[in-house]
Amino acid sequence: MSSSRKLAAAVAALCVAGAAWAAAPGTPVFEGLGRAATPAEIAAWNIDVRPDFKGLPKGSGSVAKGQDVWEAKCASCHGIFGESGQFFSPLVGGTTQDDIKTGHAARLTDSGYPGRTAMMKLSTVSTLWDFIHRAMPWNAPKSLSTEEVYAVTAFLLNLAGVLPDDFVLSDRNIAEVQQRLPNRNGMTTMHAMWPGPELGGTTRPDVQGSNCMKDCGTEPKVASFLPDFARNSHGNLAEQNRLVGPQRGVDTTRPSGAAPASPAGATAVVALAAPPALALLQRNGCLVCHGVDTKIVGPAFRDVAGKHGARADAVPYLSGKIKAGGSGVWGAIPMPAQPLSAQDAQAIAQWIADGAKK
Amino acid sequence: MDFESPTPGRLLKAPENFLDADGVRQVFAEAKAGRRDFIRKAFAAAGAAVAAPLVAAQSNPVPAAGGDPNILTLPEHSRSLGQGVGVEPYGQPSKFEANVQRRQSPGLSQTTQASVAFAPLQSLFGIVTPSGLHFERHHQGWYDIDPSKHRLMVHADDAALLKKPQVFTMDELMRLPSVSRFHFVECGANTSMEWANTAVPTVQYTHGMLSCSEFTGVPLRTVLEMCGADMKRGRFVLAESADGSGMTRTIPMSLIESGEVLLAWGQNGEMLRPAQGYPLRLVVPGVQGVSWVKYLRRIKVGDMPFAAKDEVLGYADLMPDGQQRQYTSTMEVKSVVTTPSGGQVLLDKGFYNISGLAWSGRGKVRKVDVSVDGGRNWRPARLETPVLSKCLTRFNLDWVWDGRPALVQSRATDDTGQVQATYRQLRAVRGTRSIYHNSAIQTWLVEANGEVKNVQLS
Repeated sequence: MSSSRKLAAAVAALCVAGAAWAAAPGTPVFEGLGRAATPAEIAAWNIDVRPDFKGLPKGSGSVAKGQDVWEAKCASCHGIFGESGQFFSPLVGGTTQDDIKTGHAARLTDSGYPGRTAMMKLSTVSTLWDFIHRAMPWNAPKSLSTEEVYAVTAFLLNLAGVLPDDFVLSDRNIAEVQQRLPNRNGMTTMHAMWPGPELGGTTRPDVQGSNCMKDCGTEPKVASFLPDFARNSHGNLAEQNRLVGPQRGVDTTRPSGAAPASPAGATAVVALAAPPALALLQRNGCLVCHGVDTKIVGPAFRDVAGKHGARADAVPYLSGKIKAGGSGVWGAIPMPAQPLSAQDAQAIAQWIADGAKK
Repeated sequence: MDFESPTPGRLLKAPENFLDADGVRQVFAEAKAGRRDFIRKAFAAAGAAVAAPLVAAQSNPVPAAGGDPNILTLPEHSRSLGQGVGVEPYGQPSKFEANVQRRQSPGLSQTTQASVAFAPLQSLFGIVTPSGLHFERHHQGWYDIDPSKHRLMVHADDAALLKKPQVFTMDELMRLPSVSRFHFVECGANTSMEWANTAVPTVQYTHGMLSCSEFTGVPLRTVLEMCGADMKRGRFVLAESADGSGMTRTIPMSLIESGEVLLAWGQNGEMLRPAQGYPLRLVVPGVQGVSWVKYLRRIKVGDMPFAAKDEVLGYADLMPDGQQRQYTSTMEVKSVVTTPSGGQVLLDKGFYNISGLAWSGRGKVRKVDVSVDGGRNWRPARLETPVLSKCLTRFNLDWVWDGRPALVQSRATDDTGQVQATYRQLRAVRGTRSIYHNSAIQTWLVEANGEVKNVQLS
């Protein structure tokens, strides 16, 4: 091809490109970006379940089966009866047979009632099913089978007195179960915090402050402040403020009115580094159930070190226990198998064998 | 409190001036004699002697010897060669800034994976939160996800709601026409611990679930149009995360239509930090943080709200009549003084710049008033530029502290005309058990000794 013909071809190509550019004025086509999602891909991710049960897979699960799953995979955090508030808000409690009739958890109006359980708040049973399915168990979300999700949902509703012991929850009867939820009528959208008219809310905010600029209201009185014993409850505030500027942090290790934070400022800088094993425990969620030197659900790491640290096979034994889980050594509540890497399990086991030092 | 009996504050000397006259003279003599290590020793000695308070009329007086040793004795950094480039390929803050950290509130939660680390608002300037200090809120732990394996799916259950279900790689999303915008993100539960009474000591814990960044991404509207979404019938969009929590929230189509909602990958000039959802998060300006779904994997168009777990069992506001307000999304007009603020101590009487942050999820901040007498009298503060919609606005006000107790407050008004309310006004309607959306006026008590405390007024 001669150079002039090459040039002509290039110009022609440019014109074609230009034509494509100009073909849809105002409506960009974004040629080449995105591709069709396949049915298999959509099925893999389209897991949400709506209040009208769109998205709910066909299936069923019994209260009895739910109890087995619960005790193996859920009770270590939530308690045998879903009552534990040790790690998360309690799931069950605070609802009555009368609530099942009215659809209002009456105790939500009682500010003296301690805590607010999930069952008191729950207004749509689809939400409970969806929650368990997508996010539970805590350390192994999305690992339950469809039957297990139905079963655990049924078991929780049984604990709350909503379903009888012999109930089998399924996609066919879940709409009727919805009609027994203690707080099914407990939600309102009558507020101004949804931007748009879809939910029938209000447009005017429910609270409006005052524009007053001078001699407003009565002489102010301090009604609430932190008690002296809580002065250092968030750590030494001198270490939580910059060392230069108009103010310093108050040295909360001293009583109010004492001398200010150490003026040789740099001495107030905090040490942040923690031993690497503690970071591993943190990252893998171990500290949810075990304290370093305190028992929580499971034994303190220090106690495990005392019992097993001296064994010749301490590291393989402990890393095996971490990976596989177990029960009986420290009490009835089982420790679920932990999905951490073998390397992490080994590092933690080594740290325990060395005495679980902070 | 009583403002009529002036009790002058016991003044606290500034740290720079802790050498007494003898000490200063000694510094000079030693410096002349060439003993460079002396200053270090002198600092240590003065540090030990600090308990005896000095009353200084001026915070930075001329030492008796006739000059400041920090001026008269040239420091090492003025007389030697500094470090070269490339020592820190990714720069870090000064070692003297190590106190400026995100922090957890002890006892707030029993796990670190479903918890909060609060941003240190007391130490921040302007409106942009440094990415490393952006508050953290995770529901089931955070991840650092390989962006080459991350996918976004956009679909609907019904072809009438969305014609072409699509899958995008990060490469593809980042080729789309992007915008960059400054917005605040505030957790719906910010200030929640304070609904019934004072509970925490500093602005980091009262208001630190608040941050503001420049976000870069493509408007979700653009992508929904590409996929043929029917925005008239599909008024509700589900956003879902790829992490274990599978965070899901219903997003109002009205905000998406406005072009404000972004599929964002950029934060303050770099990619999102992993704790903020790397590589892709939803930006929903004006709406509470939980809707800014991180690790975003799926967008689904629907014709009804989804009642997701964090729209039923959490993030619903309990009212005194026992009803829970569902789908509360908008963060209402709010402000707080960040300096001076709880847990700090003023170093001396005299001039201070009262400074703070104001914001509204409904638009721009129109006005901020500041009171130093617990809300009896107010003065308008200066709003610093830029004043942007659904973004933090920095305000400042001149103040001369006379050493008497003061009750410092700020009160913001947004461009819809909503005025920030007092605790009394807010509780009269919403009680004290709502958990979410506490936008009350904050009060800091400056005591005569300069110590600042978190208080609430009757």
